[in-house]
Amino acid sequence: MNKQSNSYSIIYIIVLAIVVGAALAFTSAALSDKQQENADKDKMRQILSAIHITAPSDSIIALYSEYITGSFVVDETGKKIEGDAFDVNVANESKKKDEDRELPVFVGKSSDGSTKYILPVYGAGLWGPIWGYVAFNSDGKTIFGAYFAHQGETPGLGAEIEKPAFSDRFIGKSIFKQGKFLPITVVKAGTQPSRGEDYVDGVSGGTITSNGVASMLANCLTPYEAFLQSLSD
Amino acid sequence: MAEKIDTKKVFFNPFSKNNPVIVQILGICSVLAVTAKLEPAIVMGMSVIAVLAFSNVIISCLRNTIPINIRIIVQLVVVAGLVVIVDQLLKAYAYDVSKQLSVFIGLIITNCILMGRLEAFAMGNRPWPSFLDGIGNGIGYAIILIITGFFRELFGSGTLLGYQIVPQSFYEAGYVNNGLMILPPMALIVVACIIWVQRARNKELQED
Repeated sequence: MNKQSNSYSIIYIIVLAIVVGAALAFTSAALSDKQQENADKDKMRQILSAIHITAPSDSIIALYSEYITGSFVVDETGKKIEGDAFDVNVANESKKKDEDRELPVFVGKSSDGSTKYILPVYGAGLWGPIWGYVAFNSDGKTIFGAYFAHQGETPGLGAEIEKPAFSDRFIGKSIFKQGKFLPITVVKAGTQPSRGEDYVDGVSGGTITSNGVASMLANCLTPYEAFLQSLSD
Repeated sequence: MAEKIDTKKVFFNPFSKNNPVIVQILGICSVLAVTAKLEPAIVMGMSVIAVLAFSNVIISCLRNTIPINIRIIVQLVVVAGLVVIVDQLLKAYAYDVSKQLSVFIGLIITNCILMGRLEAFAMGNRPWPSFLDGIGNGIGYAIILIITGFFRELFGSGTLLGYQIVPQSFYEAGYVNNGLMILPPMALIVVACIIWVQRARNKELQED
């Protein structure tokens, strides 16, 4: 057989592609359950971080069922709707119009037993997506804790948002000022926002990521206004 | 192909005399990226050993059938397939490490050591020597990664594999972790020091 002919090359590469493709499909199918389990566990760990519970990897599920007492999905008017909060894709929801969104709420309790409401947020940093979970006290006004994560922000600059040193700045901040809903902004250290809302200092050298956090909070928490309002009534 | 090859040399040469990283200066980019901590460095090293050994064997088995004009494409398809499989395995069994390594496992495809070994060795040798060549070069790469990761984690974070090594009393006495060790430039400087030590000990590697 002529190994230099075009038809030999074409047949060779087609067969190779099919064999490699089959091997990859098999691997992916065989491992997908295990991978999904890991991804779910990671999500649980992040939710727990928002209420200041650090879960070692072998006890995540136990701690999650202990501290997260329930979850549900609400719509923009604050009414509960059908759906499993854990399976809602926040990345997709954050791109929809406010009134079309499915809004997951996780109900947790802190180590002293009081009820907390944990809301997921999702937005964009400088290089890629950023996301997090914000835990509110039972009055739905003040923040109990926050957790932020990123995919590829610059280490030492934008990536600092995942450190507790940044997320702990949100503790105790309120998203209602004189009865008005105003999401927390992130500002350059030493300045103040114009509308009088609560604010935290941004990460120095990570201005675009800090602004990303601010617009993520505005975009993802605003649809919850009715729900959070209903908590304090 | 009749030429007799010394399998011992094939296996041991890449450790020091013909090390892919510090003598051939290949695959430097991943050394910068994954050696801030020891654990990802070890996992990355093992991943490269696995991919290199198996792709060498596969290409060596196929070497007489591969059409010469599309051989690079064939090599890439095999390497890419293996890399994706390794990535999937890590996601299933070492999720935290796979998150730290993120894109760098995928970037094994572009590691020059792989294409270099496939072109230079596997295309012209039988599977068993090719396997040894793959393992040898993989270990040669892993050694450098681990040495670099060891020094960077020890001096940058005061830990090894996440365990505290530098005692608390040092910190109380005013010792501070060297933050510069965590940043990528220090990987180059550590690798340069390894090269320095190695060339000082092997006169034949020294250039005029």
